[in-house]
Amino acid sequence: MNQQPRDWEVHPPYLYPDYKSTIFRAPSKPLIPMKHTLSESTGPVYGQDSVGKYDNDLTKNGIRNGEPLGERIVVSGRILDIDGRPIKNTLVEIWQANAAGRYVHKVDQHNAPLDPNFFGGGRCVTDENGRYTFMTIKPGAYPWGNHPNAWRPNHIHFSLFGSNITNRLVTQMYFPGDPLLQYDPIYQGVPEKARHLLVSQFDLSLTQPDFALGYNFDIVLRGHNATPFENQ
Amino acid sequence: MTQTPSQTVGPYFAYGLSPQQYLYNHTSIASGNLRTPNTQGEPITLQGRVLDGEGQAIPDAMIEIWQADAKGQYNPTDSDFKGFGRFGTGTDPEAKFIFQTIKPASVEGQAPHITVVVFMRGLLTHAYTRLYFSDEITENQKDSILNTVPEERRNTLIAQRHETPEGIVYQWDIVMQGEQETVFFDV
Repeated sequence: MNQQPRDWEVHPPYLYPDYKSTIFRAPSKPLIPMKHTLSESTGPVYGQDSVGKYDNDLTKNGIRNGEPLGERIVVSGRILDIDGRPIKNTLVEIWQANAAGRYVHKVDQHNAPLDPNFFGGGRCVTDENGRYTFMTIKPGAYPWGNHPNAWRPNHIHFSLFGSNITNRLVTQMYFPGDPLLQYDPIYQGVPEKARHLLVSQFDLSLTQPDFALGYNFDIVLRGHNATPFENQ
Repeated sequence: MTQTPSQTVGPYFAYGLSPQQYLYNHTSIASGNLRTPNTQGEPITLQGRVLDGEGQAIPDAMIEIWQADAKGQYNPTDSDFKGFGRFGTGTDPEAKFIFQTIKPASVEGQAPHITVVVFMRGLLTHAYTRLYFSDEITENQKDSILNTVPEERRNTLIAQRHETPEGIVYQWDIVMQGEQETVFFDV
């Protein structure tokens, strides 16, 4: 099996000066290519036993005295490898701001209300078809200090493991038609041809009548490439 | 199909990815403690800081480690050693990452090592590196991966062993930029 390399034509570069925090944190020397060993072709396995009852329902897992405020949404999609095969039984972790654009994180000082009934973290494991599903609240936009009047577009953070440690991916899901995307250096840091891959699609079939809207977001991890060049 | 692009983990990952370490009311799948009193192997503490291009310790990085057990096995079926750890640098007063683990054995003839994955605000794509051990001089000299690294940069991958009253501590800083920049791999 050939391990698919990281595709640097779709991943953002380390240094992207419009995103100011990259300037003193981006590695400056070229990466050194590494031939994969057993250390790279293995990875941690987190199955159903790592997920609690309400972990995939962010409208329930933070409740103290009522329902969280905001627009309920279903976020669902498939985790696939580069050949389009589903990655089954793999852990998906998410975290996000509440409907007002405020994170539970202690460092977040944005002057918007916390929601006592919304935590904003969740996880689930993909099914036989590689599908994950979360019920949550549409996150709000929020300001940040990167440049004057900078606002992050609405987004949900995703963390994926896949089949080995080289498939590890942390990314962000955005919403279709968001006017802030064109001004966001984190989104714009992705090469142009690949940016649309981070934007979810409104999907009527995922909606729940009288209850929640629905968005689909598929994620493709490196996985194996079933080429005939075995052991190359 | 096209790989989904990476994005930064951002500054607010803690309550989602390492909530117990940061004292949020949610379970964690992994922490800085990889071992139990029953885990076979030499117990070690692995610690260091993540330094930016100005030499400042970064307090919002997340470090993950992946390693074999004391028999050189990944995902051993016969023990509770998971081999995976995750630690944010936001809870230690000096912004250290701290792992309580065991020293891994050699795998496939390689020098003992730990795979390290680095995430932080300002890093749009995570970075891979490897940690080797200062007391494995002979094994390190023979290691096929270490030997692909220019000789003058190999020291950036070697954690220094200290025997302290609290036990064996390996000290290793991750340097993001500059003369002593840690070697990062295209894995």
